Amino acid sequence: MLLIKCPFCGPRPELEFSYGGQAHIARPKDPASLDDESWAEYLYIRSNPKGLHAERWRHIHGCARFFNVQRNTASDAIVATYKIGEEPPKPVDPGLEEWSSRSGAAL
Amino acid sequence: MRYRLPAGGRIDRSKPLSFHFDGKKYSGFAGDTLASALIANGAHLVGRSFKYHRPRGIMSAGADEPNALVGVGSEEARYTPNLRATQIELYNGLVAESQNRWPSLSLDFSGANDLFSRFLPAGFYYKTFMWPASAWKKLYEPMIRRAAGLGRAPEAADADRYTQVYGHCDVLVVGAGPAGLAAALAAARSGVKVFVCDEQDQMGGSLLSEREATIDGQGAADWLAQTIRELKSRTNVVLLRRTTAFGWYPHNFLGLCERVTDHLGLAITKQPRERMWQVRAREVVLATGAIERPLVFPDNDRPGIMMAEAARTYLNRYGVLPGSRAVVFTACDSAYRAALELKSAGVEIAAIADVRSAPNGRWMERARAAGIDVRPSTVIAGTYGRLRISHADLARISGGTMGHPETFACDLLLMSAGFTPSVHLFSQSRGKLVYDEDLKAYLPGTSVERERSVGACRGVFDLGASLADGFAGGLSAAKALGGTAAAEHKFSVFAQSLGRDGFIGAPPSGGKSRRTRAWVDFQNDVTAKDIELATREGFRSIEHVKRYTTTGMATDQGKTSNMNALGIVSQTLALPASQVGLTTFRPPYTPTTFGAFAGQSRGELFDPVRKTSIHEWARENGAVFEDVSLWKRAHYFPRPGEDMHAAVRRECKATRESVGIFDATTLGKIEVVGKDAAEFMNRMYTNAWTKLEPGRLRYGVMLREDGFVMDDGVVGRMSPDRFHVTTTTGGAARVLALMEDYLQTEWSDLDVWLTSTTEQWAVIAVQGPNARKVLEPLVHGIDISQQAMPHMSVQEGHICGVPTRLFRVSFTGELGFEVNVPMGYGRGVWEAIYAAGREFGITPYGTETMHVLRAEKGYIIVGQETDGTVTPDDVGLAWAIGKAKKDFVGKRSLARPAMSRSDRKQLVGLLTVDPNIVLEEGAQVVADPSEPVPMTMIGHVTSSYWSVALDRSIALALVQGGRARIGSRLSVPIPSGPVTVEVVQPIFYDPEGKRLDG
Ligand SMILES: [Zn+2]
Repeated sequence: MLLIKCPFCGPRPELEFSYGGQAHIARPKDPASLDDESWAEYLYIRSNPKGLHAERWRHIHGCARFFNVQRNTASDAIVATYKIGEEPPKPVDPGLEEWSSRSGAAL
Repeated sequence: MRYRLPAGGRIDRSKPLSFHFDGKKYSGFAGDTLASALIANGAHLVGRSFKYHRPRGIMSAGADEPNALVGVGSEEARYTPNLRATQIELYNGLVAESQNRWPSLSLDFSGANDLFSRFLPAGFYYKTFMWPASAWKKLYEPMIRRAAGLGRAPEAADADRYTQVYGHCDVLVVGAGPAGLAAALAAARSGVKVFVCDEQDQMGGSLLSEREATIDGQGAADWLAQTIRELKSRTNVVLLRRTTAFGWYPHNFLGLCERVTDHLGLAITKQPRERMWQVRAREVVLATGAIERPLVFPDNDRPGIMMAEAARTYLNRYGVLPGSRAVVFTACDSAYRAALELKSAGVEIAAIADVRSAPNGRWMERARAAGIDVRPSTVIAGTYGRLRISHADLARISGGTMGHPETFACDLLLMSAGFTPSVHLFSQSRGKLVYDEDLKAYLPGTSVERERSVGACRGVFDLGASLADGFAGGLSAAKALGGTAAAEHKFSVFAQSLGRDGFIGAPPSGGKSRRTRAWVDFQNDVTAKDIELATREGFRSIEHVKRYTTTGMATDQGKTSNMNALGIVSQTLALPASQVGLTTFRPPYTPTTFGAFAGQSRGELFDPVRKTSIHEWARENGAVFEDVSLWKRAHYFPRPGEDMHAAVRRECKATRESVGIFDATTLGKIEVVGKDAAEFMNRMYTNAWTKLEPGRLRYGVMLREDGFVMDDGVVGRMSPDRFHVTTTTGGAARVLALMEDYLQTEWSDLDVWLTSTTEQWAVIAVQGPNARKVLEPLVHGIDISQQAMPHMSVQEGHICGVPTRLFRVSFTGELGFEVNVPMGYGRGVWEAIYAAGREFGITPYGTETMHVLRAEKGYIIVGQETDGTVTPDDVGLAWAIGKAKKDFVGKRSLARPAMSRSDRKQLVGLLTVDPNIVLEEGAQVVADPSEPVPMTMIGHVTSSYWSVALDRSIALALVQGGRARIGSRLSVPIPSGPVTVEVVQPIFYDPEGKRLDG
């Protein structure tokens, strides 16, 4: 079970959270102006990296807030958590590795 | 107890215990395991093997035991199959039975499998039981399950209690052998919070069977006792005995299963049987030890053939002689120690066959000095004895050929191919394993989580080195936490080194291996020949060899066999072992009960049950309930002698003709409040909300962003900045989550607050031509006349003195109201309405009647008429789309070409030509029933009922291009033949809607 640091409440076990899919996919301001292909891209196309992934989580059984997480999908190490609307921290900085002190190189 | 020594060991001879095995009474002592007590009684034969039903004996003394699986428990509700006799603590009155034998252990009819073994090669199941598929269920599966099975599942519900507990510590030490104890000492002295867990009933690991070694000037047993005393005395240490760390989960989260009462047997106890610990440890020290490897030689599976260290454990820890005359077969030094200790206890050592060409060193010298016949470059060429080994053939190997075998009589054969470090938890933590060519073992390499391995589990075998390694590991864990570590400690240890020799694979056999069977995986009955066959048939990946031969796939997950299987693949493919790779380690380390995982979540506590405040009234009035998500809903209210159909007919009739009352409390409710509430509603729902006046209701449709219907419900505008939103019963949480998602992550500039009010309002639907007459005398401050309160309006006031939001709304097609009152008043108001309605014959109805009435009107139910691929237009709700709105969730998707194709499935009504046939919901719709199967399916029935109002059956269906087919005939094939149906408008009753006004 992951240990996830809610930016509002602090570290809590995974079972307090719900997963919210890939982060930083903004809803287009004017959907009508998009052609079908771009709209389908927004709707359906998601990345599936082996490595660093920015994703949304919601502290559903806590403060109920959405926030963003940078997680290494290979090691499950959580590199950073930050509020919606905040810029993602610069990745590939092993110093940010929050959980594991040892898998920085894997990033 | 013929084989029990008069003194020695850690058993308590003042506490004799009696137990039953296969119906026969035996005795043992407190401190025994079932295995040690059986051996003390000379009983080695304890089971039949999985596939060939070969007689099998106790092979090990711990968690690695592949053979001695037994069922324990004198009563069905406390029966546990497949327990390892080597880990079952003896108690008075214990009842155990062997498994996989019929009619008895010594006479087993399926033993014939053994004679036909050449017809049961690797991959036998895959090759034989393939076709016809229909034979699987009736013939193959029952046959395989009966013939090749493990224990039987108990037939009574588990009578025991299981609990779960969270644990938080700074350092978790897994394993309390010498390395683990040293680590615990170092961490504990550093002042951090330490958990130590060990799977055995006593802590100490190998120290529990140590004879001659001394630590810091004390005997091993004394040092152990003193160390446990020190750890116990520290308030920062928690010692967990009988606790197996079975699984590693991300972020240093470990699953531990503590067996709390199994060893107490029948004693009445208030304790749970097992306690599941879910431990989050800031740092972990793995001190999980090593497992001795068997040697792979012909007929190496007879009872009486045992691991050398196991024999030593039975002797030193339990005071039991595992035999009287032993042959030893080894590839390392430790078996010499076992031979010497057994000899000094009175066991005759017939010979030591050493696969190494030039064994040397102190242990060999000591064995020779003790007069033991030591034979280098020698292997076991075969064994004899049906239910217990009686002879062994020793043969010298030189230049790849086997010399003439020499036969030795024996009742015990000890084997040791060296030690396999237990890297299970390390590997589960996703740490990288590295092959050690010298040790012929995989060792922990790069860590991923915050852990370190110490002692034998990382190939540090000698006692002194292991203690030092453990202590250093404990200090490193304490330092990693940022605190000050305790002082270094230098252990002064006297113990003879055991070297690091070992062997994997099958020892040389002079080319005889193809004719004989040498077991690799004892529990799954896999031989060296099977693995060689798999490689000859082209399997190269160790993961494929594993699945094809089933080696390593038994309940022990190959603890004793994986490295030998890997060695054989390496030998036959002429690949270095490091390139063959290793199969994946998965939790649990040893089988763990479902009870421990379930904990308290069983029976009534398995899932929460949601009940409305009117639930008890419904129960008292005979309601039959159905589950709708977590809610219990009244399904129908049968009167004596009525079945569901009769009850539903009566309820429908009463509601259409006079008045019915229905508990609609389970509807989801969300209060949407704020300056921008209307704008938010505009974006979330297809409808236009800006112009909806306060005091009015509107039916709202919510889409997902992909354009498909997600939910619907009636929404009331209570004031310019406040909406009372209702959702489907099952969709409430989903809808609120989607609203929150958009509000928090896309439109955080909107001034809107969302509150779930599902549990705040009880909702009482009063429906039927007399509904107004029933409510009129009860309401206060609300004019519910037709003029003041038309259809789709809402007023706030009081009913029976209770504040209410009164909706004029109908899901039946009749004049109707929904009375919202604070949840706690639900039953009181319900009873008042029920009393007031008595003169009109007010009739409580359930969800079944609600479904029939709404289907007669063609009102859809999300999740029944929709399935996540349905647009508003598909189900006739195009009118609910605010055309003038620039955007709402799902709008852009509706503009995709596929969403407006004329052959989309559309909602229609179906009337069977024979009015008495009620179609099955889910039945397929076809155009031409004369087509051969599979026919072209053009739709399916979504709802189907007997309509009382129409006195015939009705159905709703989604049919391709359905609206264009209205007036035509289609067919619904059912098992008794095709049913002809007429396609009609999806509304059957009062199409003009006149009844809405009563
Ligand atoms: Zn939070």
